[in-house]
Amino acid sequence: MWRDAVLVAGKDLRIELRSRVVLNQVAPFAIVVLALFAFALGPNRAPMLQAAAGLFWVAVLFAAVLAVQRSFALEANDGTRDGLRLSGLDPAGIFLGKAAAISVQLIVLEILLAGGVVLFYGAHIRSYGAVLVACAAGTAGLAAVGTLYGALAAGVRVRETLLPFLLLPVVAPVLLAGTRAWQVALGTGPGGDSADPWLRLMLVFAAVYLAVGVLIFGPLQEAA
Amino acid sequence: MTLIIDGPPPSGDPGPQGPDTTDPSTEPWTARTNWIVRVLAGVSLASVAATVWLGLWVTPPDKVQGNLVRLVYIHPPIAWVALYLAFGIAAGSSVLWLWPRTRRVAWDRLAASSMEVGTVFTGLTLVTGAIWGRPTWGVWWAWDARLTSTALLLVLQLGYLALRRIPGDPDARARRCAVGAVIAAVDVPIVHFSVNWWRTLHQGATVLNANLSPTIHGAMAWTLLLGFVSLTLAFAWMLVVRYRIQVLSDRLEGADLETALAERWSEGEQ
Repeated sequence: MWRDAVLVAGKDLRIELRSRVVLNQVAPFAIVVLALFAFALGPNRAPMLQAAAGLFWVAVLFAAVLAVQRSFALEANDGTRDGLRLSGLDPAGIFLGKAAAISVQLIVLEILLAGGVVLFYGAHIRSYGAVLVACAAGTAGLAAVGTLYGALAAGVRVRETLLPFLLLPVVAPVLLAGTRAWQVALGTGPGGDSADPWLRLMLVFAAVYLAVGVLIFGPLQEAA
Repeated sequence: MTLIIDGPPPSGDPGPQGPDTTDPSTEPWTARTNWIVRVLAGVSLASVAATVWLGLWVTPPDKVQGNLVRLVYIHPPIAWVALYLAFGIAAGSSVLWLWPRTRRVAWDRLAASSMEVGTVFTGLTLVTGAIWGRPTWGVWWAWDARLTSTALLLVLQLGYLALRRIPGDPDARARRCAVGAVIAAVDVPIVHFSVNWWRTLHQGATVLNANLSPTIHGAMAWTLLLGFVSLTLAFAWMLVVRYRIQVLSDRLEGADLETALAERWSEGEQ
């Protein structure tokens, strides 16, 4: 399972390194989203700083939808999906591999976005530990759910419109918990709050969906 | 004319989506079953009518809330059906479908029927809640923990119905929907806890449900109990009727193989 996961993740990341679609299109899009939020909230720094944590995670969610779509667009052409199914790779390995590749891309996007939040909104990160754990756990959760829904929507005519509708409500807890944890880390939230319960929630979310994916990806792959 | 999906699975038991090509105009159930369904319909309608009569005329208005309290006879029962019963049945039967040993086409139909009827009840939960919230809180909508998680549940259910409507191979559809239901069902407790913390870490206990105190008046308590019974019966009746429609529409699909085949090809691999 792990060997197959490394194979699949390596394949996806190699394609990304050569095509640079996420880097050249999704990353600029995420930065544009940050700029749009700035336009919507007016030129004053105060409301932007107040909302910075939430805006970061909304931008991450949008970027995640695009990264998942890209990841499964790779499998849509040239009968790649059938090839993958015929390859005899462990479905759990395929799931973990695709989720890992999406995670790596999301982490890069999050570093860019965090830089943007610090630069554009004037946010000041006080607790790097909370930021890092929130990003790691949130990314794993987003990638796990994203891979499941990406596979679910693959091979369906309406997948471009279906995926965001299915994915975004399910990852709402990541948005809630990530925003709260970041508010604590940036010192913009209500005082006296601790990031710990939110970080735990994100870790549970990631663990649950990674487990569900490992169990359910096999039957799911037979569907398409 | 046999499609690939109709081939017998390796284990040898009848396939989950055996070709049900019986004439769609014939009645799927025996006369006896139909009679039971009619009795269920009569009982549920009568008990709903009794709830309405008790709730609107017999029980007294509340000291604090006046006539608004009458919503309490239907709002919690509707929410119980929507949040626990319907969603539980849909999630449970989806798991039973995914489990190869218990895979029967009936579980897929039951999940679809329960989720669809449940969506109506979730919508009604939000509507009755808003009708109560407007005069009580002064707003139609508040970002209360229960309201928020119920609204998210409604969106999850709508997502399932969207999955349901994707045309194509019935076996692939059943698989897709069952997986979608499981992903959504796993999310429900996480949503519940996260939203609860989100709202209540900085705020006292939730405002909702304050009127469900144990010191409820006798007639009121009985009416509320009847509300639970009658709306559960009404849900059961709707579920059975919806299930019958599912059987009939599956038959129609099976009978109209030419159309289905064309649709499959146009769906195709992209």
